[in-house]
Amino acid sequence: MSLAGLLLDPFLDYAFMRRALVACLALSLGSAPVGVFLVLRRMSLLGDALSHAILPGAAVGFVFGGLSLWPMSLGGFVAAVVVALLSGWVARTTRLREDASFAGFYLIALALGVLLISTHGSPVDLMHVLFGSVLAVDNDSLLLVAAVASFTTLALALIWRPLVVECVDPGFLKAVGGHGGATHMLFMALVVVNLVAGFQALGTLMAVGLMMLPAAAARFWASSIEGMALVGVLLAMLASVVGLLFSFHFQLASGPSIVLVAGLVYVASLLAGPRESVLRRYFPGQHLEA
Amino acid sequence: MGALAVPEIRLEGLTLAYDRHPAVHHLSGSFVPGSLTAVVGPNGAGKSTLLKALAGLIKPAEGRVTLSSLQQRDIAYLPQQADVDGSVPLSVLEVVALGHWRRMGLFGGLRGDDIEAASGALSAVGLAGFETRAIGTLSAGQFQRALFARMMLQNAKVILLDEPFTAIDARTTADLLDLVRRWHDEKRTVVTVLHDYDQVRRNFPETLLLARELVAWGPTEDTLSAGNLLKARAMAESWRDDALVCRRPAA
Repeated sequence: MSLAGLLLDPFLDYAFMRRALVACLALSLGSAPVGVFLVLRRMSLLGDALSHAILPGAAVGFVFGGLSLWPMSLGGFVAAVVVALLSGWVARTTRLREDASFAGFYLIALALGVLLISTHGSPVDLMHVLFGSVLAVDNDSLLLVAAVASFTTLALALIWRPLVVECVDPGFLKAVGGHGGATHMLFMALVVVNLVAGFQALGTLMAVGLMMLPAAAARFWASSIEGMALVGVLLAMLASVVGLLFSFHFQLASGPSIVLVAGLVYVASLLAGPRESVLRRYFPGQHLEA
Repeated sequence: MGALAVPEIRLEGLTLAYDRHPAVHHLSGSFVPGSLTAVVGPNGAGKSTLLKALAGLIKPAEGRVTLSSLQQRDIAYLPQQADVDGSVPLSVLEVVALGHWRRMGLFGGLRGDDIEAASGALSAVGLAGFETRAIGTLSAGQFQRALFARMMLQNAKVILLDEPFTAIDARTTADLLDLVRRWHDEKRTVVTVLHDYDQVRRNFPETLLLARELVAWGPTEDTLSAGNLLKARAMAESWRDDALVCRRPAA
């Protein structure tokens, strides 16, 4: 088989592969820039916490609607938003910091979700919710993923400035009355919808991978926030394509394959990326004149 | 007074508290329009807290700050050790240009003359040519200069500076003090928290001496008398876990 055949035939011959590809590319477009802001705001683990928080909602949707898209997505969205709001509220009103209050609520959510699914379904269902099934992406999932990617792109364009200022100088944003609170809320909502969109294709746990790994890798390539977002999207798309092909040719689970490729890209970037990578640190080159 | 007519800022029985313990206790008085005031006092005297209240960032537990016709956006505030994250990849020009916030807001674009003004402000603080440098590469002194440049662009009627010269070299301090004096000449109201009494005596006509309660407020020479300073030090050390509820009538 030719190289072109290896790369193209799976997508040309199989509709499910084409749908998986479109879903993953759209997810990359929305998730990676969101991940970039999580990285910049030192909230990288928040995506992980929220992905767990989706679970009980998705489980309630599953209990009432079985393994179907809309009830599980809606339930997951509501549950994660509740966890995010509760955590934010606790952090603002009590002495607990946001990371601790998030940990508290997402662990409760996770346990509740696993309990709900394990009492109402089979271990297979649990695996499906946790790790998704990118090869079973139907038209409804595609619609959801595309809508989320479009909404995310527009929303990020809208709140770009306050979001950047919130990253670099939150005190200034507060002092000029820059709607930091509203920005933060909308941003959290973006994190949640992207995880929910990713959860059908990749599963709640794997969706975070496509959000965070390319974003963290982008840090080693770009020197501006716009650049990081762009590089993040491209790396996420690359990981999607390569991961899908891997999973197809070697009969591997697709979600973990995609995230592992993203992980490889991340490790390669942090080892040998052009900006402040391991390579740069140990082989900085001769210093400059000024 | 001219174009920059600044109304008075009045404090009326202002009490600011953390977890019910007052950090500023029944403070009354006013910042005269166009005045240049130093706020001094021992550690824990409530100086930074007072500035935050003036900036509208914390709400009084009792009493009030009256801004008359001033609005929040007429007030520019530089916190102590601004919590700027130097690891975020932004250029010096991008950060300084945020000083245009009042005009551009959330969505407005930067115009050519905005960028020129930002470059001008950078030159004025001695950072000409630093426009495209990443903020993370600036030294502490250079960074404080950049923040002053941003303040210049904010063109605010009232300027609040919280210990702006802490950990800043002498040369930078002198340059930035020049800028503060220029703001004073332009009839802006400037309130600055400071520690160095000599610096205050040399540069600030008015002084507010605070030790949670008002010790003295007026011309610097009178305020910073030996007796007042002694009194301030004695008053600062009375924070108590078992303090009773304050029954003093509100002003």
